[in-house]
Amino acid sequence: MLLAVCFTLATSLQLREAKRNNPIQSNNVFKLLLGEGRRLFAHEFYVMADVYFHSGYYPSIFDKQENQPAVMAAVRGESDNDEDTTNVDFFGAPKDWIDTFGWKFRLDQHTHLSNGEEREILPWLQLAADMDPQMVQTYTVAAFWLRTSLHNPKEAEAFLREGLRNNPDNCEILFELGRLYNEDYHDANRARNVWLAALRYWRAQSDDAQKSVENKRLCDAILVDLAYLEENAGNWLQAIEYFKMAKPMSPNPDAIQKRIDEARQKLAEQPPAINTPPH
Amino acid sequence: MNTIWALAGVVIKELYRRKDFYVLFVLTAVITIAAGMVHFFNDPQIVNYLKAVCVLLISISALIITIVMAARQLPAERESRTIFPLLAKPVTRAQVILGKFFGCWLASGIALLFFYFFFAVVIGTHEQSWPILNYLQSFWLQWAMLGVVTAMVLLGSVIFTAPSSNVTICFIVIVGILLLGRHLNVVALHHSEPLRGVIYTIYFLIPHLEWFDVRDRLTYNWPLAPWMDCMLATLYAAAYAGLFLLLTWLGFRRKSL
Repeated sequence: MLLAVCFTLATSLQLREAKRNNPIQSNNVFKLLLGEGRRLFAHEFYVMADVYFHSGYYPSIFDKQENQPAVMAAVRGESDNDEDTTNVDFFGAPKDWIDTFGWKFRLDQHTHLSNGEEREILPWLQLAADMDPQMVQTYTVAAFWLRTSLHNPKEAEAFLREGLRNNPDNCEILFELGRLYNEDYHDANRARNVWLAALRYWRAQSDDAQKSVENKRLCDAILVDLAYLEENAGNWLQAIEYFKMAKPMSPNPDAIQKRIDEARQKLAEQPPAINTPPH
Repeated sequence: MNTIWALAGVVIKELYRRKDFYVLFVLTAVITIAAGMVHFFNDPQIVNYLKAVCVLLISISALIITIVMAARQLPAERESRTIFPLLAKPVTRAQVILGKFFGCWLASGIALLFFYFFFAVVIGTHEQSWPILNYLQSFWLQWAMLGVVTAMVLLGSVIFTAPSSNVTICFIVIVGILLLGRHLNVVALHHSEPLRGVIYTIYFLIPHLEWFDVRDRLTYNWPLAPWMDCMLATLYAAAYAGLFLLLTWLGFRRKSL
């Protein structure tokens, strides 16, 4: 009975103390039971989401790993060509008769979930987010699939906002939120404001952080989407400015230059009264 | 043959007299139902995670029931001194081994049937589909695997003195085969001789129980495995079970009671 009382007091007092010290931080059951050790499991649950995305056809730690980063891009929605990634064979040819016969019972086709079946990865992404609320990609990946294949922008927005509460001022989550407002709600003004906030927070990062390849890609994506937004609104001058800012960040500066040239041409064709000055 | 079935009947009755099956079944049911009540992103159609949780619990429970039941058969007879009147019946040692084997195997099959029925009901309620042939194939392959496990544990009960050590060692070996069995040939390639030779020997000698683990096919809604291959796998399981039973009989024959 003493043990039960101690356990009850420990759990309830710890919750109260945590709320007092940091009211913003989430206090889910995993944090209560496992403490910081829960973060070890977050990556495993994220990988489980990828396993489910591939319908179980997935390499183990003993199988070929060199293609895995490219294949994990598929679950993040970064792969344009599904066929390219589903051609990747993780395992190679069977090595002996035992291996050959074992393949009769194993999953032997590289596929990706589609047509709404992507919902099956969501529980693992939710669990990964619960285990490690600072693992930003769980929020962005889940939101991507919720709003694109599952046509559920409300849940996507709610999850992204949960991500923002746990990771204030995070550029990736803000970028994804902006995409949601632009592509799903068709609310250009809100999308613009969110993307400008993302850009602001990106610029507030340290120089070293800004130089990383992933951060540069993120900045390029934000600027390019802002430029497209302004193009659609007919603000050619502003669009050109954003393309110019994106060009040094872009892995494909020639394509950006082409867009700048096209925008300049459109600007030249427009009557002077329509062009609004840059923000 | 009647003697063997009479012995087997006693073992089957043990299944519903002891608490093991009921505890594991209730645990599996509670965890599965609790997991099924969670809704992720308000989407009631998400079901694969529930299948994965349920089949994993079924596999673990079936393994525990089989190993614990098989491990205590011969030691229990020795401890309660019932082995003497049994062998004086006259019942040969081979009949005792076969009776215990069939009893444990059939009992594990009955337990597995209950588990799969529960699985079919729960998942069918969520998914609104009942791929009965897939469930039957998975059940058959798992039951065939449990035959090998039963024979292996009976052999262990002749080799090891205490049932607890038999249970522990067999559990570690069986889980090790399930998790690592198919990777040993890759692991061997990364080592030089003589370790490579040792690993390859283990790889070719062990019963490849991972063939019978088709949980992924159920979880990810894959089509049925070829029935001819299932039959060959069943023959493979029967061969290994027969080998382990032969070794058990040879060990039991020489053992003083």
